[in-house]
Amino acid sequence: MRARRASTHLSLNLADAADKTNGQAGDGSQPKPHPPGYFEGESMSRRRALTVAGQAVGGIAGAIIVLPAVGFALAPIFEKPDELWESVGPPSRFTDKTYKPVVFTIVEGIGEAGKTTAFVRQGSAKYNENPNSYVAISTRCAHLGCPVNYVAAAQSFVCPCHGGVYDFQGKVIGGPPVRPLDRFQTRVEKGEVQIGPRYSVTSQLQPVRARDPGEFTGGVWNYIYPPRPDTAPAP
Amino acid sequence: MKFPDVLIPPPLKKPQKPGTNGTNGTNGGTPVDRAKEAPADLVGWLDERTGATSFLTGMLYRKVPKGTNWFYTLGSATLFAFVVQAVTGVFLAMYYDPSPTQAYGSVTHLTNDVFLGEFVRGMHKWGASVMIILIYLHMARTFVFGAYKYPRELNWVIGVVLLILTMVMGFTGYLLPFDQRSFWATVVGVNINGTGPFIGPYLSDFLRAGADFNAVTLSRFYAIHMLLIPGLLIALIGAHLYLVVKLGTTAPPWMHPKRNRAIAKEERV
Repeated sequence: MRARRASTHLSLNLADAADKTNGQAGDGSQPKPHPPGYFEGESMSRRRALTVAGQAVGGIAGAIIVLPAVGFALAPIFEKPDELWESVGPPSRFTDKTYKPVVFTIVEGIGEAGKTTAFVRQGSAKYNENPNSYVAISTRCAHLGCPVNYVAAAQSFVCPCHGGVYDFQGKVIGGPPVRPLDRFQTRVEKGEVQIGPRYSVTSQLQPVRARDPGEFTGGVWNYIYPPRPDTAPAP
Repeated sequence: MKFPDVLIPPPLKKPQKPGTNGTNGTNGGTPVDRAKEAPADLVGWLDERTGATSFLTGMLYRKVPKGTNWFYTLGSATLFAFVVQAVTGVFLAMYYDPSPTQAYGSVTHLTNDVFLGEFVRGMHKWGASVMIILIYLHMARTFVFGAYKYPRELNWVIGVVLLILTMVMGFTGYLLPFDQRSFWATVVGVNINGTGPFIGPYLSDFLRAGADFNAVTLSRFYAIHMLLIPGLLIALIGAHLYLVVKLGTTAPPWMHPKRNRAIAKEERV
């Protein structure tokens, strides 16, 4: 307590020492200005003005360094990706009875780590699909992203990590996954089936923008897990 | 307690005190005697300019309460584990290449071909687990002994942040060998981050530097693992230790004063 009072006195004394024009203390002819340390007509003491100016300059200098660095680290979140389309074979290769695995590149420049597998089949009238279209089911489990495998005998997709099971259309029939398997856009060009950007589906197989595994889709979930600008728009 | 006189160039020498008649400011003695005093002179020279001795004495010779026992060494053990991780990590970084196509090869090269490489990598790998275990033991000691109570709450909070940062180290370091296990474990870990509502999807985009695992994901994890988090860890360990020195340690809970009749009477009032 004593130390605190002493320091208050000290700052007042310093402020008085800075007071050049009105410091007529002692002769009693003029009252001391209040608060002390202010020049005539000033609303701010020089000490305070210089402190604020110094802090402002320091803040601007800090922001010049920090803001670009943060933007640099966060920029990829907002970067629009290039759409990659890759041919995976002629339409005759695929039937509507079973899936064929195809391997293609989703990220360029990182070798094997940028490749992924999809299971492709022809559209089936049984599921109200256009027979000239192709369904490409992603092997990325909708639980946490492990690679699922298609088991032809059971006509279902099975995940080795935590036991997620999906039916022939990719809908969840068991285990922890939160939504059906993702799909890839497909098209037929120059007599070849091509596979394009990824998209996710709701439990009713309505396409939505690609979500990461573990994120629910449909209804209010589309807002709780908002779409990301670095994914391709839903078809 | 002076800097060795022979090492000071003449223009910088302290002028002679008037009335003394020494030739070069020393108190005489044979050159051997003066050489024997050189280490003490050097320490004295440093201490006069830094005040390090009083700081170190205050830190290393501080009083500890009665009943202090081996459980109180768990924090120092954790610090030692951190130092081991830092030192081995620096040497691993000399051989490691954080590019998706080279990382796995550089790790197998470092493990199989480099002299003692397997040993250093093993120290880093197993040391990581040891550090986590020691942190939990240290935390349990603090909790069970009630050492988190006033005025040490802030040190508990800093300790929790240190625990989280250490886990981030474990998470980012796991990817670096870049084999199948570490790749898929990181895919799963990033997706678990993504399940947080509202900001989760953007957090996993930040970690991967994009919507998918890509060319800069590995270098991003590497930068977080060896630059960002270690810097924060060192700063917070400094704050943690400062508070330990400043506040002192607690006595074990069983070291309470003996309750005699007089104290019991006082408590009733």
